[in-house]
Amino acid sequence: MAAKDSGGQSQSQRSRQEADAETTEAAVDPEIAERHEAITEEVDDLLDEIDEVLETNSEEFVRSFVQKGGQ
Amino acid sequence: MTVRRIMGTEIEYGISVPGQPGANPMVTSSQIVNAYAARPELSKGGRARWDYEEETPLRDARGFTYTGALYDPAENLADEDSGLANVILTNGARLYVDHAHPEYSTPEVTNPREIVLFDKAGEMTMAEAALRAAHTPGIGPINLYKNNTDNKGASYGAHENYLMSRQTPFADIVAHFTPFLVTRQVYAGAGRIGIGQDASEHRFQISQRADFFEVEVGLETTLKRPIINTRDEPHADAERYRRLHVIIGDANLAEWATFLKVGTASIVLAMIESGAFDGSLAIAEPVAELRAVSHDPTLRHKIELRNGKRLTAVELQQAILEQAEAYCGPDADPDTREVLDQWAYVLDALARDPMELADMLDWPAKLSLLERYRERENLDWGAAKLQAIDLQYHDVRPEKGLYHRLVARGKMKRLLTDTEIIDAMTEPPADTRAFFRGRCLARYPSEVVAASWDSVIFDVGADSLVRVPMMEPEKGTKAHVGELFERCAAAKDLLDVITAD
Repeated sequence: MAAKDSGGQSQSQRSRQEADAETTEAAVDPEIAERHEAITEEVDDLLDEIDEVLETNSEEFVRSFVQKGGQ
Repeated sequence: MTVRRIMGTEIEYGISVPGQPGANPMVTSSQIVNAYAARPELSKGGRARWDYEEETPLRDARGFTYTGALYDPAENLADEDSGLANVILTNGARLYVDHAHPEYSTPEVTNPREIVLFDKAGEMTMAEAALRAAHTPGIGPINLYKNNTDNKGASYGAHENYLMSRQTPFADIVAHFTPFLVTRQVYAGAGRIGIGQDASEHRFQISQRADFFEVEVGLETTLKRPIINTRDEPHADAERYRRLHVIIGDANLAEWATFLKVGTASIVLAMIESGAFDGSLAIAEPVAELRAVSHDPTLRHKIELRNGKRLTAVELQQAILEQAEAYCGPDADPDTREVLDQWAYVLDALARDPMELADMLDWPAKLSLLERYRERENLDWGAAKLQAIDLQYHDVRPEKGLYHRLVARGKMKRLLTDTEIIDAMTEPPADTRAFFRGRCLARYPSEVVAASWDSVIFDVGADSLVRVPMMEPEKGTKAHVGELFERCAAAKDLLDVITAD
């Protein structure tokens, strides 16, 4: 699907990768590239964890959180 | 000039039973409190009741006692008779049911670091209480949230208490504390999706509470909430002290947010007590500006001052900090120094990019999570998923709460270790009367029949009960009475020594 869609998404991904590559070249430091990759993976990992933690039906969960007023 | 003073927090937790939005919150809140009261150190002897003798919640700091029907104090006295649970903990804290929420009031402490310690101990107490309730036959799972709104029009409080000199004119507090409170949210806000009390407009805002404040000054706490609350109930010698009851703050999960929230407030109050402010930071429309600041997470909104100047909230805070630095001077004690340095650090970072503080403060941490999730899933701010994330950030369960998941990943800067917090669930602070209260409950559980902030009442088999008043919050400390508790095996021995003095 992504291969056929030569517009928006993959285009921007490609240019982001190019930008990353340029930054890496300019810095001439593979460690930074590695670190960058690690951070991206970590963020994905965290977002996946959010999915695990959230109740299955978000709408129902949010709707049923009803409180009496307090101070 | 010091940040040190007697202070404490009281937090009402959101409560819900999954799948049962109609569950009676007074019943479930009582189940939470009673489940915790089954802890071994609390279930020895009969449970001590709350002593309401000195409570006068309708006394107004402006000098009169309210006589209208805000609520009936007799109702307060009847709370326990009607089954609303209350338990006094061995760390000197109070865990009870207030306004259909379980509430944790920390023991009195003397510095912001200990506020964080006991505030977090309260959070852990709630998490354990929910776990214990879930294992009690006949009680289903109950979830607790350290937040301040259901996003459907209801709000519940996270209050701070600061003991002040009675000599400071209340008008000075109103004049000079208001600009501080309106802008403090830039580091103390907990973040919220939704604008308006019912969250009808789908945008992110800095504070949970801002939209629920409607007037500048007043006695009420549950409707027409005021920026400056005038409740004047010192729980101490009323000739010398006033307890300033601050109701505007958000409940914070982030340790540094709580630290700064109370640390900066205490310094500003010390400055007000010394007459440091000249009124040049007075805000033209405090209630409207409170909301406008909260509604702009870019922090660019300009607040209009009474003198016509316009400052962002961060600039206004920087102006206060500058005066605080000048006032505290280079000889500030270490507790005060730490607050001033961290205050400067966060204001600098906020002025550059609030997202630099996503590892330190609640609202940037929450906003950062929401933004990344939103980007990945291509959601708009009205999406139920995002609302669920907002709510889940505040879940007190370590395995479910998103704040706690960030901590587990090492993504939040901390002040404390879990071991310190666990100890604080049972050990009182050493340097206030909470030490005496907590130790009495730990050592003589069968003899203490009631207690309150300023009293402990014993039944040692005599004709009448013995009430020990504690009107001085800085007495009854470990230094004063620590050795007594080691020496006196029975409550009667302790009372013999105290009453002989």
